[in-house]
Amino acid sequence: MSTGWTREQMAARAALDIPDGSYVNLGIGIPELVTQFVPEGREFIYHTENGLLGMGPPPAEDERDLDLMNAGKKYVTTVPGASYFHHADSFSMIRGGHIDVCVLGTMQVAANGDIANWSTGAPDAIPAVGGAMDLVQGVRNIYVITQHTTKTGEPKLVEKCSYPLTGPGVVSRIYTNLAVIDVTPDGFQVVELAPGITFEEVEKSTGATILPAK
Amino acid sequence: MINKKSPSVAAAVEDVFDGAVVMVGGFGASGSPIELIHALIDQGAKDLTLINNNTGNGEVGLAALIANGQVSKMICSFPRSSQSRVFPKLYREGKIELELVPQGTLAERIRAAGAGIPAFYTPTTVGTVLAEGKEQREFNGRSYVMEPWLEADFALVKCEVADPLGNLTYNKTARNFSPLMCMAATTTIVQTKHLVAAGDIDPEHVITPGIFVNRVVEVADPVHEDTLIAEGASYP
Repeated sequence: MSTGWTREQMAARAALDIPDGSYVNLGIGIPELVTQFVPEGREFIYHTENGLLGMGPPPAEDERDLDLMNAGKKYVTTVPGASYFHHADSFSMIRGGHIDVCVLGTMQVAANGDIANWSTGAPDAIPAVGGAMDLVQGVRNIYVITQHTTKTGEPKLVEKCSYPLTGPGVVSRIYTNLAVIDVTPDGFQVVELAPGITFEEVEKSTGATILPAK
Repeated sequence: MINKKSPSVAAAVEDVFDGAVVMVGGFGASGSPIELIHALIDQGAKDLTLINNNTGNGEVGLAALIANGQVSKMICSFPRSSQSRVFPKLYREGKIELELVPQGTLAERIRAAGAGIPAFYTPTTVGTVLAEGKEQREFNGRSYVMEPWLEADFALVKCEVADPLGNLTYNKTARNFSPLMCMAATTTIVQTKHLVAAGDIDPEHVITPGIFVNRVVEVADPVHEDTLIAEGASYP
């Protein structure tokens, strides 16, 4: 039985949908892999919300600058034409609608585009939100890359999020290991199935009504 | 003659009082004014409200200040990270208060205080638990949440180059919240790696104009939080 796309293939598939010249913000985890799969002939400019536009790949260990990191607090580099700015400017880029695409990981996405990716709401959990709520409200296109189900097989695509929301009705497209799925006014709709995956398998792993590809 | 030079980090923080609201620059380790924070630990002011994006790492800097029992409330966006142990423990024991603010709202609330704007409306948190109990208004058919400015008695900031007038430049992503905090605090205290003469910073390159700065102290060879943590250091 096929398990569908790998993490790298999911990231590569998402990269195909990002137009040339886009300003892109990538979440932590699988979304970070998008940088490795920029389609031939396209250029993306990466924004990291701690204050850098034009983020480049990680440096060699002996070329690290301790004052040059990304929002995930990992060391990065800059590309020619990069710029630094303070947080109010950085979040003006986000909230002001200047960033074209944000690719995020998630815990849950609902059929109406609600996303929950910041807290489980458990009583002993220490709430930590960072820039997630600013990003989902401010960036024009919110794409999600995620495994279709949790490690224990629970659906991550659901009718209604059980975890506290990061933002309501903000997600437009989801890339899972099984399929590319749009959030439409009629709910989840398959755009494309991963090789070897049937619609019935996707339907079985989804916690909400899902429509087959047109 | 204006000269904002302070002779030492100890002198620079000596008037921080019990109960003060203190902004601390930095995003994680980058831009964290470790020497000023350690001077505040030596100075001993208590019952502080701290404003920073995080809650410090390891047992140095911000985390050490919290561990020393000097902080009663933390205002931040992301209180847990991989190296953050002090705050999570105290929070679970009910010994420290947390006000969680989304990162962009935190930045804008600080900026608003510096700009003389008592409140503003933002789309961030609409439809989430963090908007509960807050005033909301519609503009052009979309809902926004009102957020108040965030003022402070003191700001502790690290910069790269400063002059005696308080003009500042920063290093790369170590800039983060610092220029905003300089604007928002009653007394802004800056540690700088290089202290140069007035005129040595090209006016076109000044990031924080000196009007927002009260004290500048030279710390020529600042330690970096990441280095201290890698060494397993603790303070005091």
